[in-house]
Amino acid sequence: MLYIKCPYCGLRAQKEFSYGGDATVKRPNINEEVSSKDWDNFVYMRKSPRGKHIELWQHIAGCRQWIKVQRDTATHEIFQTAKVTEEIR
Amino acid sequence: MQKYSVFSLIKNAFSNHQNWEVAWKDPTPKSEYDVVIIGGGGHGLATAYYLAKEHNIRNVAIIEKGWIGGGNVGRNTTIIRSNFMYDANARFNEFGMDLWRNLSQELNFNVMFSPRGIINLAHSDAQMNAYARRGNSMRLNGIDAKLLDREEVKKLIPMADFSDEVRFPIFGGLMQPSAGTARHDAVAWGYARQADDMGVDIIQHCEVTGFDVVNGKIKGIRTSRGDIKAKKVGLCVAGSTNILAEKLNMTLPIETHVLQACVSEPVKPLLDGVVTFGAGHFYISQSDKGEMVMGGDLDGYNSYAQRGNLPTIQHVLTGGLALFPFLSRLKMLRTWGGIMDMSMDGSPIIDKTHIEGLYLNCGWCYGGFKSTPVSGWTFAHTIAQDQVHELNSELRLNRFCTGHLLDEKGLGTKTWIG
Repeated sequence: MLYIKCPYCGLRAQKEFSYGGDATVKRPNINEEVSSKDWDNFVYMRKSPRGKHIELWQHIAGCRQWIKVQRDTATHEIFQTAKVTEEIR
Repeated sequence: MQKYSVFSLIKNAFSNHQNWEVAWKDPTPKSEYDVVIIGGGGHGLATAYYLAKEHNIRNVAIIEKGWIGGGNVGRNTTIIRSNFMYDANARFNEFGMDLWRNLSQELNFNVMFSPRGIINLAHSDAQMNAYARRGNSMRLNGIDAKLLDREEVKKLIPMADFSDEVRFPIFGGLMQPSAGTARHDAVAWGYARQADDMGVDIIQHCEVTGFDVVNGKIKGIRTSRGDIKAKKVGLCVAGSTNILAEKLNMTLPIETHVLQACVSEPVKPLLDGVVTFGAGHFYISQSDKGEMVMGGDLDGYNSYAQRGNLPTIQHVLTGGLALFPFLSRLKMLRTWGGIMDMSMDGSPIIDKTHIEGLYLNCGWCYGGFKSTPVSGWTFAHTIAQDQVHELNSELRLNRFCTGHLLDEKGLGTKTWIG
């Protein structure tokens, strides 16, 4: 079981959270012409690294906020969590 | 090569089975090959075998970081089926079923293919309608499909919960009688032994560390056991696809996730074929040893750990208990995990790439094992002829960009949706 520190609620069990995928993917700007390639990159293409990964989780059975988590995809060690508006470096 | 038969078994019994030939050699890598296949799993071994057999390309190496049979080919739940609705998936996998039916004879290795059927259960009228449609599509593609009502299901699996107070009553199900299971280790060993016999070098404990690409053309690979030149390179590495893609500066529509499975203690014969629960993600079959083999959902977040976490096992088995209450009395023997190359539409990719001489075989999601022979067969064709075969003509890499998705069941990496 992972234990994730929600920036709003504190340390909680993984079962309270729902996964939201890679947090570094950027949506093309709204109301601008988007090429198929850019849309493809945004919707489907993922780096899925082995090692440090910045990802979105939602505290679905808690405060319901989306948060950012930096986690190792091989060891599952969690290095840092942040509000979704904050940057993780 | 020594032929395996009852006579060779008797003959070797007299020498206490000490004088069997090794099934495949342990060669040191040569400096150059016509084709290098990266990944010595089922798909890689099958690819090398069909390259040698169908296309007479025998100067081939398989590069495996671990050992033969140590990855997903030894970690899956051995289910073989072709119950797909979309034409591309149905034709592809039904061609594979034909290869399965003859595989033991072809490889001179008993892969214990046992077509005892698969039943996908339905728990609502809507689900019955959807299965009727899928069954009709299957039959149009020449695949056997049978829509079962509640009573017919009850005859086949009377131990399921048919009581009145059950939360998800069984309405019926869709059965593919020709589906089944096989012994996964034997598939790997059988392909390895035959490929080795035809001149393929199976190089184990050799990690690929980089690629030599010059002017958009592959020239060779760099490995932990030295550089190897190659005219053509095929990637067949399932859960490690993203790691190698990164070395090639490629981004793919693949996320790597861990999928768990578990087995119970062995019990007497109880369950004939494979059964899937329709109101959750749970499937079960009984192995020849008598163990209940079970699996279900991904853990649900990117992972390269070949083991998972307990909440997922608990969640999957909750679904199992809803279907088969008797499971509560069984002890679990083992749980394990394998890392899946989850494609974004749930269907695989067998294609050329933008790099000349580099070929890609990935995106097998939950179900790579059933496609082992046909994946190898079509990938070998794609590599040998430098063009996709009709069977994998829709399993292209660019289908995500062009919108020609094969979203068979709306599955993919995004398990958090739906």
